[in-house]
Amino acid sequence: MKCKRCAEKAIVQLRSHNTAFCKPCFVFFFQRGIERAITRETMFTHEERVLVAVSGGKDSLALWDALADLGYDTEGLYLGLGIGGYSHASERKARAFAERRGLRLRIVALDEAEDGLAIPSVAAATRRPPCSACGTFKRHHFDRAALAGGFPVLATGHNLDDEAARLLGNVMHWQLPYLAKQRPVLAPTHPRFVRKVRPLYRTSEFESATYAFLRGIDYVVEECPNSHGATQLVYKDLLNRLEHTMPGSKLAFVGDFLSRGLPLFAAAPEVADLGECERCGMPSAGAICGYCRLVAEVGRRRAQAVAHS
Amino acid sequence: MQVRLEPQGTQLTVSGRRRVGDLVQSLGILAGTVMVIRGDALLTDDEFVDDADTIELRAVISGGLA
Ligand code: SF4
Ligand SMILES: [Zn+2]
Ligand SMILES: [Zn+2]
Repeated sequence: MKCKRCAEKAIVQLRSHNTAFCKPCFVFFFQRGIERAITRETMFTHEERVLVAVSGGKDSLALWDALADLGYDTEGLYLGLGIGGYSHASERKARAFAERRGLRLRIVALDEAEDGLAIPSVAAATRRPPCSACGTFKRHHFDRAALAGGFPVLATGHNLDDEAARLLGNVMHWQLPYLAKQRPVLAPTHPRFVRKVRPLYRTSEFESATYAFLRGIDYVVEECPNSHGATQLVYKDLLNRLEHTMPGSKLAFVGDFLSRGLPLFAAAPEVADLGECERCGMPSAGAICGYCRLVAEVGRRRAQAVAHS
Repeated sequence: MQVRLEPQGTQLTVSGRRRVGDLVQSLGILAGTVMVIRGDALLTDDEFVDDADTIELRAVISGGLA
């Protein structure tokens, strides 16, 4: 198989793009794709400071690496979720990457930020699924860190497969408000929020894993123990079967939704005007934000548990 | 050849020279959901692997809510 760009021996085949590349040409293709996504969707400029949320996984580290190479002004943000060995390993990888590339990494550890609030103990105390608590914590701490650091924009490593799986889930249940918001750039809905962008929204998981591998990025291959059985994986599997028979399906699904579907849903009723949470000051629809309510619930349940013991 | 599936860590022995694409398919894995790694190199579907090879099939799919 030959590289479609330079005719050297290809090492990566991309069925969805009906092409194949050698190593330097793939790196070029990957970075150019990100650059195009950033410009097409006016995500950010070279003059803006970008906070990149990194998990230690392939997508966020590949994204950070490419943004740094493309000359963007970036800093990383790692949120320590306190999920045992998985969190230890992912923090190590994120730190090592930042050090090797000479990039600045901010670290927020949940169990230090709020006395003992690691994801497993929050999930256990509130009897919620870990991913639900995790989502609330991530949103809150990402927003807070971006605001505290004075960043106008927060970038996450969500890739094409994540977007396609989310879109399928939202369509399956006709989640109109979510469909209205499923876009690669979210403008802030409150002065204390920052712009949120997903520069990998057209980049597949296979591409980001390949990029990370070829660039020698040491990422966590192990998965979060809570991801097993996640609905998202069922959707991803379905979409991969479709992609196998009809290469390019995922990109078409997401791309056509954004160009033709999204405008129809954008008229869905907006959420109520946001005020500010009385406890933490972050934007909130009610007097107390979802994050602070969750933290308070953990405190209550723990006190009950002590009282009953 | 020795085939290791990551991140599961499963180790398999497969014998006989074959195309990478056929090897992946015979293990019931969809093309494009794993990287096929030999040493520090990636292999495309049309390449051949042999009894003496040690291959890693590394899944590229991650999942969870966020
Ligand atoms: S799988 Fe769930 S608990 Fe694990 S990091 Fe993702 S959202 Fe959090
Ligand atoms: Zn080339
Ligand atoms: Zn709050």
